[in-house]
Amino acid sequence: MPADFHNLGHDPRAAGSTSFDVCVLPHLDAAYNLARWLSRDDMDAQDVVQEAMLRAFRYFNSFHGGDARVWLLAIVRNTYYSLRTKAPPDGMHEAFDDDVHTMSDEQPTPEARAILALDVGSLQVALENLPHSLREVIVLRELEECSYKQIAAITGQKIGTVMSRLARARERLRAELTRHSTEARRHDVQ
Amino acid sequence: MMCNDARLLLHAYLDDELDAAQSVAITRHMQGCVNCAMQYADYAQLHKALAQPSLYRRAPHALREQWQALKPATEAPARVARLRRPPVALAMAAGFGVALLLIAPMWIYTSSQRGGDTSQLIGDAVSSHIRSMQPEHLMDIVSTDQHTVKPWFDGKLDFSPRVKDLAGEGFPLVGGRLDALDGHSVAALIYKRRLHVINLYQWPVSSSDSSLETSQWRGYAVIRWTTGDMRYIAVSDVNEADLRQFVLAFQDDATTPPMR
Repeated sequence: MPADFHNLGHDPRAAGSTSFDVCVLPHLDAAYNLARWLSRDDMDAQDVVQEAMLRAFRYFNSFHGGDARVWLLAIVRNTYYSLRTKAPPDGMHEAFDDDVHTMSDEQPTPEARAILALDVGSLQVALENLPHSLREVIVLRELEECSYKQIAAITGQKIGTVMSRLARARERLRAELTRHSTEARRHDVQ
Repeated sequence: MMCNDARLLLHAYLDDELDAAQSVAITRHMQGCVNCAMQYADYAQLHKALAQPSLYRRAPHALREQWQALKPATEAPARVARLRRPPVALAMAAGFGVALLLIAPMWIYTSSQRGGDTSQLIGDAVSSHIRSMQPEHLMDIVSTDQHTVKPWFDGKLDFSPRVKDLAGEGFPLVGGRLDALDGHSVAALIYKRRLHVINLYQWPVSSSDSSLETSQWRGYAVIRWTTGDMRYIAVSDVNEADLRQFVLAFQDDATTPPMR
């Protein structure tokens, strides 16, 4: 659990807190959005953001300009994975994803395409079912509208990795959303 | 391009992360490959659906207040608005696209002295200009030096584009890029006019020289002309007079045959 910020060793109102307010606080929604999609739980997300904001506040001195949102989101991500130590941020799902990778490329039938289920409910379920490594990339790209470069900076990955994960994430979402809406018909198709 | 390569590039294309040459390649591929084109359509749909605001999780009030309470009480409330590209901009872009589609036939009718091809071309040029304004899509080569920009095109095009810096005339050259218009690979030069961007497209044609033809499209000025076997189109959101001045400055240079 995060420490109560009122008990910080130094006074948050001291010099620097103003620029923290200006640089970092505007990205609180972004921080929460990422934390919420990673943790898939309101309370966990609040804990993560709380802890991440504390870290950001503590290390604000080491922020030398640049994109504060990227900086904060990287902290949120690290915080999430460090609080949830059993799930390492990288690598775990690679093998599994590669299976999906090959599978998802089947020829879509025109019918399947027409009934991609894109309502909020289906999208949410499909997103939450993605492994973390894919989910974080798609959330950063589609919801947070980060560029590949920003995503690479936030996740500490190469742009090529970002690209292939994003492709996999989308392929998987597409497969999932198509399956949802064609559940009944699927047996006939295959 | 093989479907295997396309499968990855489709996404980068959707996200506007490809350089112009790759964009051209992927567009070509999709024109010939129904399967990839269909996948792309799906991903575009998905992309749009994921932009629904209700999927975005905003920080709960309690959390926000907790952090805002950190501020000295005297300070004005911090702006907590996210710096996200507002959906309004997306809606406008989509609306613009639709409007373009809807109005295109009428437009062809009204500007028909040179047939539908011209309108198509202007539309393409304007869309290309608009696309070029999206983040990190403007330039493949960033340089204010014409002697850097011109050689950059070597081997990328089957012609040598005319490149000149017009900084003296208030139109500094800022870079170049490969693009595609009307089925040709074209050289795009990027110039600045104060904060505005001017895209100048050029490619070789066999038709005879023609004088300046000016069009306006929703605030974008387009001037096209042909000189010395080279077709030019300049597109910008600067006003028409400025763009005209730019074109004249570009033509005035001694290396270009005088304008007719």
